[in-house]
Amino acid sequence: MDFLRPTTWAEALAARADRPDAVPLQGGTDVMVEINFDVRRPGALLDLTSIPELATWERAADGRLRVGAGLPYARVVAELGDALPGLAQASRTVGSPQIRNRGTVGGNLGAASPAGDAHPPLLAGDAVVEAESAARGTRLIPAAEFYLGVKRNALAPDELIRAFRMAPATGPQYFSKVGTRNAMVIAVCSFALALHPAERRVGTGVGSAAPTPRRARAAEEFLAAELDWTGGAALDARVRSRFGELAAEAASPIDDVRGTAAYRRHAVAVMARRTLGWAWNDYRKQVEACA
Amino acid sequence: MRVNLTVNGRAEAVDDVWEGESLLYVLRERVGLPGSKNACEQGECGSCTVYLDGVPVCACLVAAGQAEGREVRTVEGLAEGDRLDPLQEAFLECGAVQCGFCTPGLLVQAHDLLARVPEPGDAEIREALAGNLCRCTGYEKILDAVRLAAARKAGRR
Ligand SMILES: Cc1cc2nc3c(=O)[nH]c(=O)nc-3n(C[C@H](O)[C@H](O)[C@H](O)COP(=O)(O)OP(=O)(O)OC[C@H]3O[C@@H](n4cnc5c(N)ncnc54)[C@H](O)[C@@H]3O)c2cc1C
Ligand code: FES
Ligand code: FES
Repeated sequence: MDFLRPTTWAEALAARADRPDAVPLQGGTDVMVEINFDVRRPGALLDLTSIPELATWERAADGRLRVGAGLPYARVVAELGDALPGLAQASRTVGSPQIRNRGTVGGNLGAASPAGDAHPPLLAGDAVVEAESAARGTRLIPAAEFYLGVKRNALAPDELIRAFRMAPATGPQYFSKVGTRNAMVIAVCSFALALHPAERRVGTGVGSAAPTPRRARAAEEFLAAELDWTGGAALDARVRSRFGELAAEAASPIDDVRGTAAYRRHAVAVMARRTLGWAWNDYRKQVEACA
Repeated sequence: MRVNLTVNGRAEAVDDVWEGESLLYVLRERVGLPGSKNACEQGECGSCTVYLDGVPVCACLVAAGQAEGREVRTVEGLAEGDRLDPLQEAFLECGAVQCGFCTPGLLVQAHDLLARVPEPGDAEIREALAGNLCRCTGYEKILDAVRLAAARKAGRR
C-alpha cells in the first residue's frame, strides 16, 4: 500500500487521476474502520488532511457558503450554527465528540451511506456538491442528484469533492433523528426540514429510509401551497398530518437490524410533523416580530 | 514508511510503519507508549483517545501517515514529571478506576473538557464523555471525579 500525501489541491487532483486504486482519506472515521478490520486493502491511501483550504469555509460572491470538504463536524457546529442550522443540528448528532472532531461532511458525501446524517439537511437546503478533476475542472452536482444508490455517489473515478455550496438559512431549519441513544448511533431514520420564505418553498430530506437519502417532493409542494406565508396563521392539524403522510410515502425503507420498514415509515411521518411544528412556530415568531 | 511526529513534547522518527497502520498502533507498538488502549479499533469506545494538534481524537481512526509533522499528546503526557494532573488524582480518589482499561481515554477526553469549559454542568460532562465506554464503574464515579477536578481547578475545594 502507498500513502500519498499531497499538500496542494492540484497535487491531490493529479494523484486522484494517476491512481484509480487510491482511496481518499479525510477524517478516516469510515475508511480506517474498514482498514482496521481488513474489509478494504486499497493500493493507496490519498490523505487530504494536509491541504489547508479543504478545512475552511467562505462566503462566495453570490452570498452562498462554500464549505470545504474537510471541515470537521465540530467546526460546522461551532462556526456555522447560524448560517446552516439544519446541518449544524445534524452534525451535533454524529457519533461522539471525538468522531465529530475528525469526521467531515466531505467524508459523509464520499461514503454516501443512506444513513449519513449530513445528507437530509443538505437536501433540504438545496446544497450543491462541488466535484473537481484535473482533466475536466469543476462540476457542480445538486445534492438531489448526488446519491445514486446504497453507498454510491455521482463522483467520477478521477474526481474529488472540493466543497459543498449552500445558501445561508433565510427561514427555520430542523433536523430530527431516531436512534437508541443520544450519542453514537447510526440513524434508524432521520428527517430534515427547511423553510425558504423568500421563495415560499419548502425543502425536505429523508434519511435512512430508502436506498439513498432523498427529498420528499410531494410533501414539499403540498406544504408550500398550504402554509400561510404572509400572515403566519396557525397550522391546521389536517395539513400537519397530511405533510407527515406524504413524507412517509417518499420513503421506501427496508427491515433491518435497526428497525422495520413499517416502523421507519411511521417514524418519518412523526418526525416530519414534529419538525414542521418547530419550524412553523419559529416562523410565526419571525412574522410577529416584523409586524 | 517513516513517520515523524512529536509525542508528548518529544520528536520521534518512527521507521517501518505500514501505510495502513493506525496512530494507535504506532504509539503502542513502535513508540512504546501503551497507555492509550486498543479496545475496539472502530471509534466506538474512546479508550484510544489522544490529542492530535490539541484536539481529542480516536487514535485508532487516524492513519499513521496523517500524524506526520503533527503533535500528539497521550495520557502519558498529562502528568508533569511525577506530579499527576488534578484530574488523574481525582480519578484515583473518587474510585473512578476499576480495571482501568477505559481510564486513559477518559482522562484525555475529560482533560480537554476542563480546558475548554472550566466548570461544566452534568449535561456537559455527559455529552463530552458520550464516546467513552466503561464496562466497570457505571460512570457515576467518573462523573464525581470530573466534578471534583473541576472544583479543585476552580479553587473551590
Ligand atoms: C464510532 C462512529 C460513529 C459514527 N457515527 C455517525 C453518525 O452518527 N452519523 C453519520 O452520518 N456518520 C457516522 N459515522 C460515520 C462517519 O463518521 C461519517 O460518515 C463521516 O462523515 C466520515 O467523514 P471522514 O472525514 O471521517 O471520512 P473518511 O473516512 O476519511 O472518508 C469517507 C469516504 O469518503 C471518501 N472521501 C473522503 N473525502 C473525500 C473527498 N474530498 N473527495 C472524494 N471522496 C472523499 C473516502 O474515500 C471514503 O470513501 C460514524 C463513524 C464512527 C467510527
Ligand atoms: S480503540 Fe479507538 S475507539 Fe475503541
Ligand atoms: S474501569 Fe474497567 S472499563 Fe472502565
